[in-house]
Amino acid sequence: MSLETRTDEDLARDDDLDRIAVPEARADAGMSTAPAQDEGDEEIRQPQLGVVGWLRWLWRQLTSMRVALILLFLLSVAATPPTLIPQRPVSPIKVSQYFRDHPDRAKIMDKFQLFDVFSSWWFASIYILLFVSLAGCIVPRCWAHAKTLRAKPPEAPRNFARLPAYARWETSADPDAVLAAARGALKKRRFRLNPTADSIAAEKGYARESGNLLFHIALFGILVAFALGSLYSVKGGKIVVEGGSFANVLTQYDDRQFGALVDADNLEPFGFRLKSVEQTFQATGAKRGEPRSFTAHIESWYGHEGKDKSGTIRVNHPLEVGDTKVFMIATGYAPEVTVRDAKGKIAYKGPTIFLPQDGNRTSTGVIKVPDVSAGLKQLGFDAQFLPSAPMDQNGNLLVDPKRGPISVFPSLLNPRLMISGYEGDLGMDSGIPQNIYALKADKMSKFMDGADVWRRALKVGDTADLPNGAGSITFDGVKTWANFQVASEPGKGLALFSVVAAIVGLVLSLFVRRRRMWVRAVEGPDGHTVVEVGGLARTEGGGLGDEVQEFVDALREAAPANSPGTKVKE
Amino acid sequence: MGVNENLAQFSNVLMYSAIAVYLMAFFAYCMEWTFGSSGAVAKRSADLSIEVLEPAAAGAGGGVALAERPVVVLREGGHDGDDADDRGDVAGGNDRADRIGRVAVSLTALGFLLHAGSVLTRGISVERAPWGNMYEFSTSVALMVVLAFLALLWKYPVRWLGLFVTLPVLTTLGVAVTVLYTDSEQLVPALDSYWLWIHVASAIVSFGAFHIGALASILFLFRQGYERRQADPTRTKPGRFDDKLARLPSSASLDKTAYRVNAIIFPLWTFAIVCGAIWAENAWGRYWGWDPKEVWSFITWVAYAAYLHARATAGWKGTKAAAVSLVAFSCFLFNYYGVNIFVNGLHSYAGV
Repeated sequence: MSLETRTDEDLARDDDLDRIAVPEARADAGMSTAPAQDEGDEEIRQPQLGVVGWLRWLWRQLTSMRVALILLFLLSVAATPPTLIPQRPVSPIKVSQYFRDHPDRAKIMDKFQLFDVFSSWWFASIYILLFVSLAGCIVPRCWAHAKTLRAKPPEAPRNFARLPAYARWETSADPDAVLAAARGALKKRRFRLNPTADSIAAEKGYARESGNLLFHIALFGILVAFALGSLYSVKGGKIVVEGGSFANVLTQYDDRQFGALVDADNLEPFGFRLKSVEQTFQATGAKRGEPRSFTAHIESWYGHEGKDKSGTIRVNHPLEVGDTKVFMIATGYAPEVTVRDAKGKIAYKGPTIFLPQDGNRTSTGVIKVPDVSAGLKQLGFDAQFLPSAPMDQNGNLLVDPKRGPISVFPSLLNPRLMISGYEGDLGMDSGIPQNIYALKADKMSKFMDGADVWRRALKVGDTADLPNGAGSITFDGVKTWANFQVASEPGKGLALFSVVAAIVGLVLSLFVRRRRMWVRAVEGPDGHTVVEVGGLARTEGGGLGDEVQEFVDALREAAPANSPGTKVKE
Repeated sequence: MGVNENLAQFSNVLMYSAIAVYLMAFFAYCMEWTFGSSGAVAKRSADLSIEVLEPAAAGAGGGVALAERPVVVLREGGHDGDDADDRGDVAGGNDRADRIGRVAVSLTALGFLLHAGSVLTRGISVERAPWGNMYEFSTSVALMVVLAFLALLWKYPVRWLGLFVTLPVLTTLGVAVTVLYTDSEQLVPALDSYWLWIHVASAIVSFGAFHIGALASILFLFRQGYERRQADPTRTKPGRFDDKLARLPSSASLDKTAYRVNAIIFPLWTFAIVCGAIWAENAWGRYWGWDPKEVWSFITWVAYAAYLHARATAGWKGTKAAAVSLVAFSCFLFNYYGVNIFVNGLHSYAGV
């Protein structure tokens, strides 16, 4: 009889119980995803395989534990390249840097999707194969388990003495009384019973296989949740300066990653106005300057007629609107300036977003002034902003010899705006979208101060006149901006449900022990009742002996062992 | 919220005391191994093998019909490596070694108390969970390694593990106080969440316990080599450490210890990753974004899953499964030291 066709019942009835341990341990070791199969068998049949046979062989291979193991390894190995190679979804800037540094190598690597491993065809094929392999053995196991759940525990083997745990004694009690007591004791221990005339078969721990199946099925739930997420998720960023606002429509996003099936015209209709941003930083000690809290005070609304509602957004405490959440992921400064052109007209007024360059918020940015009076050259400024500029005793700015002017603390203790300027054509009319954080200076000329570049350091309220009467720039003040991430992930409820199910399943499949116990009580030739108890652990895990012993001890009350020489009852 | 400097200082003093006591425990374990003799164990395991190999004798010998209390007889398949004769005995019947071994365990327990005090006062000094940076994480993990060992020792006779537990504990603490040390401070806002308690705590306990699993796997490989040498009749010269390896529990028992620890902790490690995902969803708006830390947690998880499967697969049991478990543990190590120090990602806010 091949192992595949042997049923539990055959095995248990088989007198040669020596062999039970091997096949059972294999099919039942708890974590196995594949049904036990005889690989040697396959090899012999190979030469006569037709197309169907080959397909069947392939399917057998795919659903075998060995292949599942190899796929698991491949999956973890395939996940390692992102540690060394920058990934587009995580750090697009580093990817472009890599392309600049190693153009040839990068092109080849890009062909293999090494810059986006987790959506690459080869990563996908590994996990899809793994899931097919999983399905291939979970489905038959579900059937088998459903059958087992409805079946009765297999009847007692003829020879108890060969079971892994065994006890035998003689008693004067009536066999039926002993069996009745055994039934009660086994029921109390939550065994499922199959009583026959002179014996009881009992089994428990079915939850182990149930849990194991639940765990593996839950993995499919996670896969579906991931798929839903990639199809329907909305993720986008928006920088808002204090006083500014955001409405959830496509055009408002600075950058966005929408799932393939997102209906961009029907985003959650909400918006908010950023009233102020509050930040605190560590003031003393080795970690001076490290952020301690960020709070954005906002007024939000929902729907076109919605009323304003005040609230806050903090790190770890997003704003929740329907299925959408708004997170604050960064803050920075936006110096406010007024630029007048040569004719004295205000050509630019307002805050400009600067990007922080270090922990103390030394920030850089550019101010573009395209709307000058007719006939004048456009203006542009390259600027650096220091929230806390270091000063010497005479009130002069201290400049770091290597890095130039840098801030010494991230909050606005002594703000300074360092500027240099350009005039000419900003190149903004060409229709090509421009980077708002960089100045395209190829058609512009730098303002000079004699032989040197024209530079000014402004305090709040200071005005600097531009060279050659080109106008002036006034540093009016500083506003804080916050970078918000708007996100909704439709699959996350399913994902959470699935992982909870997976953990429950995992705990059951690892901690529940499957046991069989048999009790037999028959009248021996000398009139004594012979009681036999046998136990079989169907899963790894200690304590079979203790468990059977404990049961035997419980049974002693109803079936006290005869001391040597006890008289046979009449 | 400020920092209670006195308490923070006191925490450091306790840490150095704990290291000193662990060091003494380490030397005591070494002495136990040195002074212990292997004779007693060898004799006992010989007895054991006879009993296991002759089940018929055991069945017949269990002529329990005459006993007042019927005794359950175990045959092969009923044993699970917990048998009194297969517990490993470092002292090997040598009384002096046994006494030293007991002293070593007491020292370990004392070190644990000092160590726990250090972690606790560190937390109180800043009124937050004491695992906000690598120094704090390392010291907490080391504490969990010792706790896992002491908890095992409470239930099972695993004194043979002592020497091998104090080694990584001392290494981890040494690296923590010399390389990773940072003064007690408040946290960056990103870490200011109750998920810090849940997510990081479960990661710490998992990491600590996986240490024990890995140690058992390493010892399994050595012991298996020893058993193969013993079984090889053509071999006349014993291996260099054979007299020491003889005092470990059998390879089957070591394998079971490794499996049990890893299997118990695997759901907790899963839970730690899930908590991280929930926290990430709360903090960054996505529950899984393939950040380096997430990638390596995933790799570690898959590797441990592979171990659990390997151990249930014919042809992979034993040596191969142990190797997989060590690969999985190395992934965890890299996920901690490698990713935190060499790879930039969202998890690298805490500083070294």
